[in-house]
Amino acid sequence: MTEAAHAIPADADRPLLRVEGLRKLFPAGSSRFGRNQRFIHAVDDVNFTLARGESLGLVGESGCGKTTTGKMLVRLVDPSEGHVIFDDGAGEPTDIATLRGKPLKDFRKHAQMIFQDPYESMNPRRTIFDTIAEPLQVQDVGTLADRLDRVTEMLALVGLTPPRTFLFRYPHELSGGQRQRVAIARALIVEPSFVVADEPTSMLDVSVRTGVMRLMADLAEGLGISYLYITHDLAVARYMCSRIAVMYLGKIVEIGDTEEILRSPQHPYTQALLSAVPVPDPTVKRPPVMIEGGVPTLVEPPAQCRFFSRCPRAEEYCETNDHPPLERKGQDQLVACYKA
Amino acid sequence: MSGSPLLAVEDLTLHYVTRAGDVCAVDGVSLTLERGQSLGLVGESGCGKSSLALALLRLQPENAQILSGKILLDGVDLVSLSDEEMRRYRWDRIAMVFQSAMNALDPVYRVGDQIIEALEQHSNAARQDMVERVGQLYELVNLPPNFIERYPHEYSGGMKQRAVIAMALACEPDLIIADEPTTALDVIVQDHILRELQQIRQELNMSMLYISHDMAVIAEVSDVVAVMYAGKIVEYGPAEAVFTNPIHPYTRALMSAFPSVTGEKHELATLGGEPPNPLGLPPGCHFHPRCPFATDICAEQEPPRVRRGDQWADCWNPPEAESDD
Repeated sequence: MTEAAHAIPADADRPLLRVEGLRKLFPAGSSRFGRNQRFIHAVDDVNFTLARGESLGLVGESGCGKTTTGKMLVRLVDPSEGHVIFDDGAGEPTDIATLRGKPLKDFRKHAQMIFQDPYESMNPRRTIFDTIAEPLQVQDVGTLADRLDRVTEMLALVGLTPPRTFLFRYPHELSGGQRQRVAIARALIVEPSFVVADEPTSMLDVSVRTGVMRLMADLAEGLGISYLYITHDLAVARYMCSRIAVMYLGKIVEIGDTEEILRSPQHPYTQALLSAVPVPDPTVKRPPVMIEGGVPTLVEPPAQCRFFSRCPRAEEYCETNDHPPLERKGQDQLVACYKA
Repeated sequence: MSGSPLLAVEDLTLHYVTRAGDVCAVDGVSLTLERGQSLGLVGESGCGKSSLALALLRLQPENAQILSGKILLDGVDLVSLSDEEMRRYRWDRIAMVFQSAMNALDPVYRVGDQIIEALEQHSNAARQDMVERVGQLYELVNLPPNFIERYPHEYSGGMKQRAVIAMALACEPDLIIADEPTTALDVIVQDHILRELQQIRQELNMSMLYISHDMAVIAEVSDVVAVMYAGKIVEYGPAEAVFTNPIHPYTRALMSAFPSVTGEKHELATLGGEPPNPLGLPPGCHFHPRCPFATDICAEQEPPRVRRGDQWADCWNPPEAESDD
């Protein structure tokens, strides 16, 4: 883990990632004769920073754009607009939003992704060794013997012990929790500086989930990795992330310190989201959630606040003005709402 | 617990016959459910909770066999009924809300017609009356009436789940079995549906068996809780008792492994190991290889039943009850 050690820079003030005005538009069909191409605004002007070693939770309901955001940060999806300034402290800060060719391939050593479904993110016909060693092979790192050592080391690190018994097994021989550990090993073998984890524990059983969550937290601490942790589960975000960003229809509506937001959510959407989380205590009766279900469409949304149609606090001002900017409402809490 | 319960499952055992050998998915399960009561069945994937639910409707897959036990609904043993008799019970007395609403609806028929089809099986009413009934059902589950004539793909995930609930309620069953009905839904929609389900249940005085892996959801919907592990009910009791003072180490582990958004941030417990392979269950108490309290006897003999009021658990070494404050 020598490389990871000097990934921790002298100048720790500069964030590892600075996301500025990030946008992704997907074409959504056009009117007659191909004129007036319409777009789905999946991610619409998203701004945030990710500090070194920090874990930022990106939370929101399905379809809010959190996965697309995550995929843009590792360039599995190309941004339509905006910048992602990556600064690993070693070289010059680079805008990865527009990287191509060799520099893009080099960047992939620094950024990895862990997917939600451990049953679909692995090739069923490749052994665990092949699966975990693939990034090394792509990046052309080491000889076969080196790779074998590295994979063995990684297996031990993610708690699949004894490693030798796992090397040449196939994904179908492992349980969901074990597969997710393999996925973690595969992501970390290139010693990335940040990892986008897309709902890595939502398919796992409760009794296995905590182990994987703890493993990810320990590895982040030990190796100095930053996470963008994508989840719909605020309770999981609370345990994994020091900061969270709440997304709604392509926009971040609230971002800041996790405990601060959970204690006093300011955006009406965050409040609704929090009040809808079931409480594992039969003596507690939650008050009803103040908003309707059902997320409106993202195709060419109006300029007004994205939450307008569902907002219990909406007023005329919200209807006639643009989507509100993120403004400071607490010590480390930014909220995009005119009425907060 | 007075009078005879609506549902009494007695020592039910169900095996799957597979090429690799027999799998005992439901192992001597006994349960009772009073009229109007809600029973939460919680467990992890593969513990047998869905197999149990399907067996109650006698809808278990072809390779599954009910080896022994009784399923008494109002005193009638469903296991001994002929297929034709069972067909009349199904939906009329017991209905089910399936896990994936997406797959429970036929994409090529209008949703309203699918509900009418279910009604036709159990009533001779005129079509006009049935259409009216569907209208009532839509009102009950908060679906707009103009959606009766629409196809499943025009429904959102939450709406499909509501339609499936409407279908289950069509014949006003005494018992509704809900198998993870909100698992695929976002929290806000889940909240709406759970509230509606509770309200409808109370209005119609229906009993419900609610199956979930989510302790928090179970805490919210259940009067009584059963915890299932490797085919057996390991703990059973009033929801409040089970949640505030669990007896079985597995129940305790599940609860302390569950993250919460409210209250103090407690350390999450980690349970070692994996749920056991149903083809090779550990002897004695199935939970012993993962249990922090396990002693030698746990690996040798089946655990005895420990009772605390209406609550019980099968365990050799139940941890001391926490003092009430």
